[in-house]
Amino acid sequence: MSAILLLILGLSGMALGYFVYSRFIAKVIYKVDENFRTPAHEFEDGVDFVPTNKFVLWGHHFTSVAGAAPIVGPAIAVIWGWLPAFLWVTIGTIFFAGIHDFGAIWASVRNKAKSIGTLTGEVVGTRARSIFSIVIFLVLLMVNAVFGVVIAKLLINNPGSVVPVWGAIAVALVIGQLIYRAKLSLPLVSLIGVVALYVLIYMGPSVPVSLPEQVGGLSDNAAWILILFGYAAVASLLPVWVLLQPRDYINGLQLFVGLIALYAAVLIGNPTIVAPMINQDLPAGTPSMIPLLFVTIACGAISGFHGLVSSGTTSKQLRREPDARFVGYFGATGEGALALAAIIAATAGFASLADWQAVYTSFGQGGVLAFVNGGATILSQGTGLNAEVAGTMLTVMAALFAGTTMDTGLRLQRYIFQEWGEIYNFKWMAKPVPATLLSVGTCLLLAFGAGGADGSGGLLIWPLFGTSNQLLAGLTLLVVTVMLVRRGAPTVFTVVPLIFLLVMTLYALLIQLKGFYTKGDWFLLTLDLVVLVAAILVTLECIASLRRLKRESESADAS
Amino acid sequence: MKETFSQLKYWYRRVSVAGAEYYNAPYRAAVARAKRDEDDLFMLLVFGEMMGIPNPASWYTLELQPLLLERFHDWHQRMGMERSPLDNMRCC
Repeated sequence: MSAILLLILGLSGMALGYFVYSRFIAKVIYKVDENFRTPAHEFEDGVDFVPTNKFVLWGHHFTSVAGAAPIVGPAIAVIWGWLPAFLWVTIGTIFFAGIHDFGAIWASVRNKAKSIGTLTGEVVGTRARSIFSIVIFLVLLMVNAVFGVVIAKLLINNPGSVVPVWGAIAVALVIGQLIYRAKLSLPLVSLIGVVALYVLIYMGPSVPVSLPEQVGGLSDNAAWILILFGYAAVASLLPVWVLLQPRDYINGLQLFVGLIALYAAVLIGNPTIVAPMINQDLPAGTPSMIPLLFVTIACGAISGFHGLVSSGTTSKQLRREPDARFVGYFGATGEGALALAAIIAATAGFASLADWQAVYTSFGQGGVLAFVNGGATILSQGTGLNAEVAGTMLTVMAALFAGTTMDTGLRLQRYIFQEWGEIYNFKWMAKPVPATLLSVGTCLLLAFGAGGADGSGGLLIWPLFGTSNQLLAGLTLLVVTVMLVRRGAPTVFTVVPLIFLLVMTLYALLIQLKGFYTKGDWFLLTLDLVVLVAAILVTLECIASLRRLKRESESADAS
Repeated sequence: MKETFSQLKYWYRRVSVAGAEYYNAPYRAAVARAKRDEDDLFMLLVFGEMMGIPNPASWYTLELQPLLLERFHDWHQRMGMERSPLDNMRCC
């Protein structure tokens, strides 16, 4: 099977989804209105509410939602063969993610740009809102703990990437100063930044850096995790313009360059997919594809995290209501394209089936490393780039994404602790430094508590991240559905994904629960139970609110 | 030639504007809030001084001393004073 064919099929499907299906959704379901005065105009304050050009807003939305997850998830899920992952990414993007992200923006815009958490409270009920805050905390905790492990593994497996990954922080610090203090022109600074980053990537393999195998009694993996959390704590306390803003910007530029290079390399080199279409020879211990496929690939198919960005910042900057289709639906399409690149890299970038099987020896293996190694082979074959430099380029791309998500995730977790401090009147907890320490502490507890001295507990709970994230997506779809029922619009297009997600999530949670119980893993069992209870409550809330609405509309008809 | 040059200049400006918006959009609110906090403190200091109200900010300003010291030093040198004129602000 040629990778070009897969690429063309996937991208054409997504393009059809955007040009045909999303247009239908915009017209018939959400009924977006050119003349609707968006909150960006209504509450324009130059700070939060600013009408923004749709292309710029798309760039911001896409880079905010595209973290390491659309790479990690698909690269793990190809263990069941390339076809299931490909189908779920393509169909998931078209019929699930697009309508979810578009719907989240639309729902928020129609409600004074309120966040999806607030909307859940108002549209569905206060109980649903409490579930929401628990699930969001768990998701952030898992994202931070997982990404710490992912970056540590990347740095250990590719010592040549250490200099560019940490060097990118120095580049960001310098460009931040150049923009704010020296007031240099942005295109010039961008050029300097991107060139500096790629020089570092080129230099990286010739100055490999590895930690000793034992650092103060800890493994190198554990040491990297501690260093990364130390960095993330400092980064989340610094003023945003010093590090986070320029770092996100330079990462965004690198993502576009990396993605274009990877797609171009596939088109030029036309690699063959060596992985089986459907893997019959699964390694021992691999869980059943249904339902685990649908929670392993969350970002790239459908992800609740997107609802937070859509209703948090994107909806406040939407210039015209019809732009929600481009920003939301096409944003999801962009992430689907990234997930497709990850599938191609993790299945076509190996010399033979035996090589591929040597990497995918057990569930959870492969992952981002398969993306980096496979992608590097494709890049070097297609573009003639040195294989080591290509590998470093993709490692830096994945590590920087995970890094920025970790920075933001930790900052958001700190806000939650500060908010709790204010609500429950713990004055000390409402201050930034103790709240940051609490956030880092809980993440480390998870990383080392579940993973032992190695600190890789984050990776063990990856399937749990999928389920909690899908629950968030379910809540968003529920809010959108309730709004549609009230407006008398067709609901089947949101109800079907909603039911599918809830069934798969509940099923996956039960399977995992049994697995943790058999292994005697009490820590993960407890976490699984928390998510399971939340999932059941969400399901009950869905049924209750939809029945209530039905009754209301029936009594309205009768009178 | 002149035409091409002005076309290039036009496109460079457009790229620059779009780039600035892309750079600022995600953090517009956070940066604006930080700026507003700084302005609020400045307002408090200036108004207190003008109205003869005992300055409530001075106690808190102590916290800012490490940040302000360098700027204060630059200021008194610009004003032609080689050494700090204030007994309680010894920057050099």
